[in-house]
Amino acid sequence: MTLDLSVSRDLLVALLPELVLTAWGMVLLLVVAARHRTAGDRRLAGWITLAAVVSTAGVAFWLWWNSAQAVGIAAMIAVDDFRFVTDWLFLGTAALTVLLSFDYLEREQLRAPEYYVLILFATLGMMLMSAGEDLMVIFLGLEVMSVAVYVLAGINRRNPGSAEAALKYFLLGAFATAFLLYGIALTFGATGTTNLTLIGAQIATQPLAHNTMLLIGLGMLLIGFGFKVAAVPFHMWAPDVYDGAPTPVTGFMAAGVKAAAFAALFRILTEGFAGVAAWHHILAALAAATMIAGNFIALAQRTVKRMLAYSSVAHAGYLLVAVSAGARPGGGGGGAFVFYLLAYTLTTLAAFALLAAKGRDGERDVLIDDFAGLATRRPWLAAALAVCMLSLLGFPGTAGFIGKWYILLAATGAGQGLLAVLLVLTSVVSAGYYLPVVMAMYMKAEPAADAHAAVRLGRLSGAVVAAAIAGLLVFGVQPSRLLDLARTSGKSVRAPNAEPSTPPPPPTAAVPAQSGEAGR
Amino acid sequence: MYQHWVLTALLAWPVVGAMVVVLAPPSWAKHLALACSLVEFVISIPMWWTFVPSEGMQFQFDAAWMPAWGIRYTVGVDGISLFLVLLTTLLVPLTVLGSYAYITTRERAYYALLLVLTSGMVGVFVSLDLFLFYVMWEVMLIPMYFIIGVWGGEQRLYAAIKFFVYTFFGSLLMLLAILALVHLVEQKTGIYSFSYEHLMSGLGDLGPVAYWLFGAFFLAFAIKVPVFPFHTWLPDAHTEAPTAGSVILAGILLKMGTYGFLRFAFPFFPTVAQHPAIQTTIVGLSLIGIIYGGLVALVQPDFKRLVAYSSVAHLGFVMLGIWALTVQSVQGALLVMISHGISTGALFFIIGMLYERRHSRLITSYGGIARVVPMLAAVLTVVSLSSIGLPGTNGFTGEFLVLLGAFQTHPVAATVATLGVIVAAAYLLWALQRLIYNPLDKPENEKLLDLTPRELAVLLPLLACILWIGVYPKPFLERMEPAAQRFITTVKR
Repeated sequence: MTLDLSVSRDLLVALLPELVLTAWGMVLLLVVAARHRTAGDRRLAGWITLAAVVSTAGVAFWLWWNSAQAVGIAAMIAVDDFRFVTDWLFLGTAALTVLLSFDYLEREQLRAPEYYVLILFATLGMMLMSAGEDLMVIFLGLEVMSVAVYVLAGINRRNPGSAEAALKYFLLGAFATAFLLYGIALTFGATGTTNLTLIGAQIATQPLAHNTMLLIGLGMLLIGFGFKVAAVPFHMWAPDVYDGAPTPVTGFMAAGVKAAAFAALFRILTEGFAGVAAWHHILAALAAATMIAGNFIALAQRTVKRMLAYSSVAHAGYLLVAVSAGARPGGGGGGAFVFYLLAYTLTTLAAFALLAAKGRDGERDVLIDDFAGLATRRPWLAAALAVCMLSLLGFPGTAGFIGKWYILLAATGAGQGLLAVLLVLTSVVSAGYYLPVVMAMYMKAEPAADAHAAVRLGRLSGAVVAAAIAGLLVFGVQPSRLLDLARTSGKSVRAPNAEPSTPPPPPTAAVPAQSGEAGR
Repeated sequence: MYQHWVLTALLAWPVVGAMVVVLAPPSWAKHLALACSLVEFVISIPMWWTFVPSEGMQFQFDAAWMPAWGIRYTVGVDGISLFLVLLTTLLVPLTVLGSYAYITTRERAYYALLLVLTSGMVGVFVSLDLFLFYVMWEVMLIPMYFIIGVWGGEQRLYAAIKFFVYTFFGSLLMLLAILALVHLVEQKTGIYSFSYEHLMSGLGDLGPVAYWLFGAFFLAFAIKVPVFPFHTWLPDAHTEAPTAGSVILAGILLKMGTYGFLRFAFPFFPTVAQHPAIQTTIVGLSLIGIIYGGLVALVQPDFKRLVAYSSVAHLGFVMLGIWALTVQSVQGALLVMISHGISTGALFFIIGMLYERRHSRLITSYGGIARVVPMLAAVLTVVSLSSIGLPGTNGFTGEFLVLLGAFQTHPVAATVATLGVIVAAAYLLWALQRLIYNPLDKPENEKLLDLTPRELAVLLPLLACILWIGVYPKPFLERMEPAAQRFITTVKR
């Protein structure tokens, strides 16, 4: 299916996933306004959210299945596999978060059905970010997402920690947004456009690669996104916010928000700034600093939630390596980045869900040693958490390993050997904080006979965790399909001056054994 | 037929067994595990006869795994790995039997992990695809980590994490080197593949980058062997692990390092490995391992730690044999790998049996027990003599060949290494004297029980192997020789 985005009918088709989700959001707002008193009402809101997410994913799937492609002049949004695959990622994150929230909201007495509305709008913002072919669309998406997440972080009004988190997130987020906006303005000043394809074309045809205004603009953009993905040295907000926010929201932020910011960053660098080499070193330095600082600071954490917060900073570093390798000309595309996002999202959501099961109204204070002896009392829960930890560590047999392997592949292929070495070394450091969790669960004695009596996953949360763990293990052993999907979607984002390539083969097509460049 | 499925069966069967063990009632766990590991051993036995020494890789099986990424499931064995596979399948049922009395908590998990570990160990020795090899190399880390950490001694947490981090560090660097290697070979041949054969044939001369890649492989394998100065994880892990863990660590896991050198590091980068400076360094480190390991063993008050340090010395002989690069020395190295697994395995079993009786590993807790437990003392004596390398036992044949071969290329090193044999005699005989001879001066030792039939069943197969290899090593050597020959011609091309 080819869509000429200058025709309004085609544009509407191209925007269908976002439109469907928006419509559902409106419906949900009305429903919530009318009925919000009982637990049943809140559950209804949750199920509507799920229906919205599923139907939107279906629409995105329909577009992908018909291999929708944009033709004609540069438009405001992109229609490519990258967008669809990241859409599924965001929608999947939202769906899992909603399923986890059913139990959590009731347990924590969070009687706010707006919660689900906010998740819907945040997801819409994420989808716009990865779809945006224009800096303004990306900015709008970012704002839609961020404003919703600011509120989500503070949704637990009775908890001062949550309020602190929301305020901190809001102030620093607004600060970062200003950088981003200024960057967009300067880029516009230098190139006369905010459209990524046109920016790329301008840079390719005119001597703009060393234009000071453009470089400053690029730097501002990087700072803005650095805040959003929590790259060192712009990570200061992350641990406090992750720590204070309700745990399912933390999972949503650590997975979805971060993925969206990365997706937008990847598209901007690949399509807009492929011709400017200046960001190569900046991004590499950011990645190095993020991996080192994230891993070493995580080592010093005693509470599980803060440890996971810093671990997510460390993973942002790994993702930066993938982006920096993939967005370089000839870097093999963003396949590694997309696959890692998928693996990381699954792992993170499952880990936070398990943490939420342990922490009764106060998971802020769950120490690593509080898991001592969990394996004897709750063997399945402990096994699930152990798999999560091993996947985060990047251990073979889990999807986390395949993700890390793919990033290393991309980095060595793009000639970034040093970053690859650094990734490997910091991964070893990360064993120092992931393994103690496993160690506490399996190798230390239960402090009191009923220490874990209250640890219980609800039925829905249990199903979500089980599905996530199954996914981690299956994709850890037989990732071929998912790897192919990630590769084609990562390759669908490319610099505008690269010659148009043939439409990507359907992901199910058999690739001949040991074929040369197919492996990349 | 057997040729095609045997290795896959050896890999898959223990995993199936592990699942059965987990799901069965706890009281059945050990019996099921024993049956399962015995079946595994029986499956592997015909390989001894069907193996054709003159041919290279055999029992090969190849299937697509992730074809678009150049990753395949390829397995096979040759004269280098055959004995390591057989040693694995032989030792595992014995360790299961040896754990019957020692392991009393969480039995199902323990035996299931032991079986998964078996799969991982066999996998390391038979993988002919570097991705598969890496996965197997890492996969066996987790069961071992749990076995040390859950069922180990007092310092088990420290030992477990030290073991894990050391190995993980080396192996991740190796992963990076594998990726770089595959990338470089792709640039030369245009084919992206992790296949061992493809990499071997397409490698050619890599220039200076080969030194870095060799370094990464070296680090991974040297930590595992362990080569001095990367050995510090070993005494802790060996000492703290439960008996079965120590036996498997010493018997098989250490051999993965030397196997890695023989299979990957040396054939991939022959020019680097034979660079005079590097060769001298590695031979020097092996000698330090032999002498230093022996001297440190001499002063250990803890018998288990003594045996652990003796492993450093024995593996020094293996490294010397590999780097001496003669057919005899490489054959000797292969034989030392096997006999060390048998002798040290037996020693750890006996220590475990003593510990179960007295709950002490200190040499000073014993003394004169030959009068109380004559059978145990006799077996311990024979096993110790084989570990020293007395003619007529397996220890002699291997080390003799290593020294003989090494003398042709590195006469000085061979001379120094000979001193190591004397040190070995010193620490083991002295320990023997304090343990089982001397006066019986501790009243708590007077009521010790002698070997039970179950314990005899664990030790007798190992004793038989000790004498068999010591007296009639020909069946082993004739299967090893073509492989050693091929190794020499490959690396000297």
